[in-house]
This record gives sequence, C-alpha cells and structure tokens, in this order.
Amino acid sequence: MPADFISSLFVFILSAFLGIELIKRVSPLLHTPLMSLTNALDAIVVVAAIIIAGRHETRLSTILGLVAVAASFSNMVGGFVITDRMLSMFKTGKAAKKS
Amino acid sequence: MTPADTQQLIDFTYIAAAIGFILAIKWLGSPVSAKRGVVVGEIASAVAVIATLCDPQVDQYKWIIITLIVGAAVGVPLGMVKMTAVPQRTALSHAFGALSAALIGIAEYYVSAPHVPKFQMAEIGLEVIIGSLTFTGSLIAAGKLQEILPQRPITYKGQNYVSLTVLAAALGLVVALVIHPEMTLLFPIMIGVALIFGIMLVTPIGGADMPTVISLLNSYAGFSASLLGFVLNNKVLIVAGALDGASGFILSVIMCKAMNRSFTNVLFGAFGQVQASAAGAKEERAVKSASPEDAAAILAAANTVVIVPGYGMAVAQAQHKVRELYDILTKKGIDVRFGIHPVAGRMPGHMNVLLAEADIPYDKMMEMDAINGDLPQTDVALVIGANDVTNPAARTDQSSPIFGMPIIDVDKARTVMVIKRSMAAGFAGIDNPLYYLDNTMMLFGDAKKFVSDIVRELSGGSH
Repeated sequence: MPADFISSLFVFILSAFLGIELIKRVSPLLHTPLMSLTNALDAIVVVAAIIIAGRHETRLSTILGLVAVAASFSNMVGGFVITDRMLSMFKTGKAAKKS
Repeated sequence: MTPADTQQLIDFTYIAAAIGFILAIKWLGSPVSAKRGVVVGEIASAVAVIATLCDPQVDQYKWIIITLIVGAAVGVPLGMVKMTAVPQRTALSHAFGALSAALIGIAEYYVSAPHVPKFQMAEIGLEVIIGSLTFTGSLIAAGKLQEILPQRPITYKGQNYVSLTVLAAALGLVVALVIHPEMTLLFPIMIGVALIFGIMLVTPIGGADMPTVISLLNSYAGFSASLLGFVLNNKVLIVAGALDGASGFILSVIMCKAMNRSFTNVLFGAFGQVQASAAGAKEERAVKSASPEDAAAILAAANTVVIVPGYGMAVAQAQHKVRELYDILTKKGIDVRFGIHPVAGRMPGHMNVLLAEADIPYDKMMEMDAINGDLPQTDVALVIGANDVTNPAARTDQSSPIFGMPIIDVDKARTVMVIKRSMAAGFAGIDNPLYYLDNTMMLFGDAKKFVSDIVRELSGGSH
C-alpha cells in the first residue's frame, strides 16, 4: 500500500465528516442551491484535467484531458452562475417590499 | 524558482482553495450569509485554476485556453436556465462532473498501461467505474426530467439480480486487471459494463423518486472526484469530492426519511415497486367540488392560510399566479404561509426555489415539521399539485404502501382545498382519503388557471 494512500485516506475521512456536519446545518430552504454549489466546487477536477492535457504524454491522454477540461469547467462556471441567481431570488418579506 | 518550489506554491494555493470550499458550504447554511459563500467558492476555484495553469508540467496553453473558453461558453447558458428546468440541469451537471472524472482516470490508465502498479490499478478501476455509471445514470435522469424519456419507472422481473450481476461483472474486471495488468483489453470492456450499469440503475426509477436519485447521483459524482484525488494524489480533489459526496449522501438520507424508505431500498434502485398491490378496494365515494367563486369566498373569510405546493404547481408553471394569490390575501390582512414537504418536486429544495423565483419571501416558506404544529389552528389549507405528501393514510392506514411516511397534516386544518386536474391517483397510484373528508373541497382544473380564477374573484370582489 503506497504511503500516499494513507495520507489521502486521512484527508478524505476528515473532509467527509466535516462535510456531513456542515451540510446537516444547511436549511432545507437552500437544498437546491446547495446541490448546485457543491457541483461547482466539485468541478475543481478541472485542475487535474489541465495537468493531464498540459503534460502531452500521449495523444489520447491529451484529447481526453481536453474534453475533461471543457466538461468540468462548464460545470464550474454554470454551477456558480446558477447558484448566484438562485440565491438572489431568496428574499425576506421586508427586503422584497423594498425592491 | 525551481520546479519544486513552484509545486509547493501550487500545493499551498490548493490548501487555500480547500479552506475556501469549506467556508463556502458553511456560509451557504443560512440565506443571510449564502451569497458570501458563493463568492468565497468562486475565488477559491479561480485561485486553484490559475495556480494550476502556472504548473511547469503544463507546457502548451493554446488548446487548454480554447477548451476553457468552450467550457465557459457551455456553462453560462446552463447557468441561465429557467428555474423549472433546474432539476434536469442539475442531473446534467452530475453527468459532466462524472464524465470529466472518468476521462481523467482513463487517460491516467493509458499513459502507464500496461505497467500500472496493482494498487493504483484498483483505484483507477473503481474511479472509472463510479464515474462512468454516474455519467450514464445522470444522463438518463436528465432525460427523464426533461421528459425526453418516459418518466414512469421501467421495470421487469428479476431486475435487481440482473443489475447486480452487471455491477459484479464490472468489479470482477477490475480484479482481473489488478491480477493481470497485461490484459489491457479488459479496461474498455470494464468501462462499457459500467456505462451499461449506470443506465440500468436509473431506468427503473421515476417520478416522485427523482429527488432521491438526483441526490444519490450527486453523491456518486462527488465520490468519483474524490477517488480521482486518490489516483493522482491530489488532496484538493479529495476534499472537494468528499464535501460533494457527503452533501449528496446527506440529501439522499433526508429524502429517504421523508419517503419512509430504507437506504438499502434506494441503493438497489428498488423504488416504485412496493406500490400497485395495495391500491385495491376502490369504493365510489362522494367528493365535494367547488368553483373558483366558492374558493375565493372561503379564502377571503380566513385569517390563516397554508399553501402546500407540489410537483403539479411546477408542471402548471403556476408559481407566479400563486404569488398573486399570496399578495392579494396578504393585503387583506390574512396570514399566508407555505408548507413544503422535503420531497415535493423533483429535487431537494425544488419548491423553495420556484417560490423564491416568484418573489415569495423565504421566511414564509415553512418546513414540514414547523408547519404541522400550526395546521390544527389554520383556517384554510390550499393544496396545489401535491398528492401523496398530504395523504392521511400514511398516518392511519397500516395497509397503505406509504404508511409511516411523514406528511403535511393538511387534513387537520378547518377547511382543506385541493386543486387537482382529476380524481386520478398520484404517482404512487394510491387513493387519497383526504379527498373524501367532510372538510375537504376539491377544486378541479389546471392549477395555473384555477389560481388565476380565484385571484380574479378576489380582486373583483374588493371593488
């Protein structure tokens, strides 16, 4: 078992527990924006895609990497745009009257 | 700077990004700080992407910049879809996320194949399987939500055994690849089997079970990114994937509880099969129906009104008319609130977003548990396009397939009004005793048209 695996597992377990604790506190009101936001954050796989595409190891790996760049970056951009739009719509009674 | 220094610097920006992601989710917890959460998430992602572009391993930028622009060009319109299309957009983004994770895993495999270390082979295999099945599963889910594919669950006998066999085959292929790394042909076969499994996983599921499915796919998409982080030893992927995976997991658990289904029931995709049998014993019972005029008069005489929306409201696009009704009743000094069941709609929080889009203040949207205590003191409960989530049989009738499912207790209100197209049963195919109660009035018609008729009556009457 590679040494990296243990440290990766360590990070994974801690993040998963932290995620569970944080997400339990999210109001059901915001469950849809929560899903679109975590989707946008998950799109950070774009960094791995950039490296695979940028390394130019084989033609196949470059092409697959580039497709992955487009797919994950569209998720990142789209996820943030829609989360932002949704949250702008959530207003309290007072704020809605002002606008 | 030496390459090692640069690498370290990049790693530090990844740590900063991970902190940003955690804060983003923490601040999303409440509507007051949620926007701040999005901003910190955006900054963290941007910093990580820019740092990665400075990585010395990246030596050609032209195509990367082009694909980033393509991604943004696809992403912006996908971020601008109408709120009613949010469930299918979400399913599609799960598909994209899973696709990119799977493709990177596949690329990583072919770079070193057939000389892949055993442990890494197992990691890549699992990662690509989860990514691939989430990809096709999410596409099917998106197709169902967009109504390109039939919404009804498609089932056949022994389905679970067939599906599990296919999954076992995919896992078996990973084991074979670990033992015999030289048999590289098995890798594309494994991908194909996983893609097929994804289709088989979601096809038998439909309609009212979609919120659970979407949450589950969200969780899978997250875990595939996390596993990719294991393969590449990239901790920021592990953190982001674990947060996303945990989020999808928690939402699926919440959805399961709200439908009184066990988690194993969900994991094996066995939904929509319990029903049918218990629907039997249909007696002809009388229902009271009412006109928009009657409904308007009853609403105008009320002090407190609770509106319970469901998927029917979304289908009829009635949310803006509902807002007009809310406005006119509120102006008359009537207390109007919304009771929202966790599984109302096609994804978690779907109703809240639709109502927010129609400018209904979020402090008027109540969770099921919060509204149930107030319903016995409520004058009118108005159900718009919701059925099973208001079915009192879930509370009283042990033989009912939805017995034990938490519901919104609209039947306890003084008067219940239900806007419904016809007496056809809901998704679960179960008769709803609510409709035959003495205090229930059925308002037959299209939700949007009926609500606007009520609004017209109410505004006409005030002149």
